[in-house]
Amino acid sequence: MTSIGTGYDLSASTYSPDGRIFQVEYANKAVENSGTAIGLKVKDGVVLAVEKLVHSKLLVPGANRRIQTVDRHIGMATAGLPADGRTVANRARDEAANFRDVYRSPPTLKSITDRLGHFVQMYTLYSSVRPFGISTILGAVDKDGPALYVIEPSGVFYGYHGAAVGKGRQLAKTELEKLKLAELTAREAVIEAARIIYLVHEDAKEKEFELEMSWIGPETNGLHVPVPDDLLKEAEAKAREALESGFE
Amino acid sequence: MAVQFTDGVVVGADSRTTMGSYIANRVTDKLTHVHDRVYCCRSGSAADTQAVADIVHQHLQLYSQVSGAPPPVHTAASIFQKLCYENKDALSAGIIVAGWDKEVGPSVYNIPLGGGLFRQPWAIGGSGSTYVYGYCDATYKEGCGRDETVNFVKNTLALAMSRDGSSGGVIRMCVITEEGVERLFVPGNELPQFWQGSEVLPNPKGKAVPEPQVVPMVVE
Repeated sequence: MTSIGTGYDLSASTYSPDGRIFQVEYANKAVENSGTAIGLKVKDGVVLAVEKLVHSKLLVPGANRRIQTVDRHIGMATAGLPADGRTVANRARDEAANFRDVYRSPPTLKSITDRLGHFVQMYTLYSSVRPFGISTILGAVDKDGPALYVIEPSGVFYGYHGAAVGKGRQLAKTELEKLKLAELTAREAVIEAARIIYLVHEDAKEKEFELEMSWIGPETNGLHVPVPDDLLKEAEAKAREALESGFE
Repeated sequence: MAVQFTDGVVVGADSRTTMGSYIANRVTDKLTHVHDRVYCCRSGSAADTQAVADIVHQHLQLYSQVSGAPPPVHTAASIFQKLCYENKDALSAGIIVAGWDKEVGPSVYNIPLGGGLFRQPWAIGGSGSTYVYGYCDATYKEGCGRDETVNFVKNTLALAMSRDGSSGGVIRMCVITEEGVERLFVPGNELPQFWQGSEVLPNPKGKAVPEPQVVPMVVE
């Protein structure tokens, strides 16, 4: 990388002569090394799925969750440094609680994403702090219906129909584009999400991974909850099946 | 006073502000705009309620700017409630919040002295309200139209203004619907008239008044 050795990458508060903030770009590299996370916004809900790479066989199954609940109806999945993910999740919870406190109503995902985007951006301004090494997928079903957003390390955020971050994002995105997201139910989206995570893991088959999935939809009463065990097992079985048939 | 009807709300108030027995303002506007489709009726201390309404107005501007949509009436009422409850020892404020939003349509919220929050089909407040609870209970019915509701509010206020010494002046009303806010005004000399007392108390048939000292009520 040409940026190394020039001195412009030492602080997030200094631009390079061509107008880049290298520390923010490095933060994006931290995201790219992480297991894939995807989000699907469908007809009646939202599904989040994460390829959680298990770096040690000694870990308890289900440890180091990368999908977290922000509010009753809001969930988030992160790709990047897990500890940064927890910091942002805690801030998101504080913002959601603050919104409820002031306005006495459940926050819209847009309002939480907006505040969280500001929070993340503040960490790109000062020499004393480091930008967050995560991309955050936020999903919710609020008064305006299903919603899905991604916040990047720079603090920018966009709304999506389908989102993918982390190592396998390119392949995941092409798979997401093939789906008719607006016609899928949340239950169907769970099956598709599992299939995509299993598919993008193919490139790193030697590594162990856990599929982590949550959803919000009519079957969860509008709440963000983990996908129930039986449905998760069914989705994983179908995902493996799809993989095997695809490689014949 | 505020009353909900099929496609909007009517808010109304008299126009008297007093300092003790002195009428400080006889044409006050107690119907205060807090957002495009949300108004409040202020009663209690004018200073306190103006200050609270200003703060809520600021909150709602921020809310609509950030969310890109007008605030629900419930949100406006909740901010009033929070301020009134958390500062209950310092405030003398009875506020009725009413308006229209796209989530629930028309709604009326009452926030009495201690800072409670109650959704009601109609609400009355202020010193004159105690005189007309019976009238409202007997007269209000669900599913009314705009004109019927405007008359109900006008009559209720006129009755309260005639009985309560701290109320009076003119009647101001606002009709809030999806389409907009319409302001109505009834001058003090065109208020609805009700029973005013009769010239002479009728005597029992064929009997003289036993006590001539008791003078019949004179009506001006």
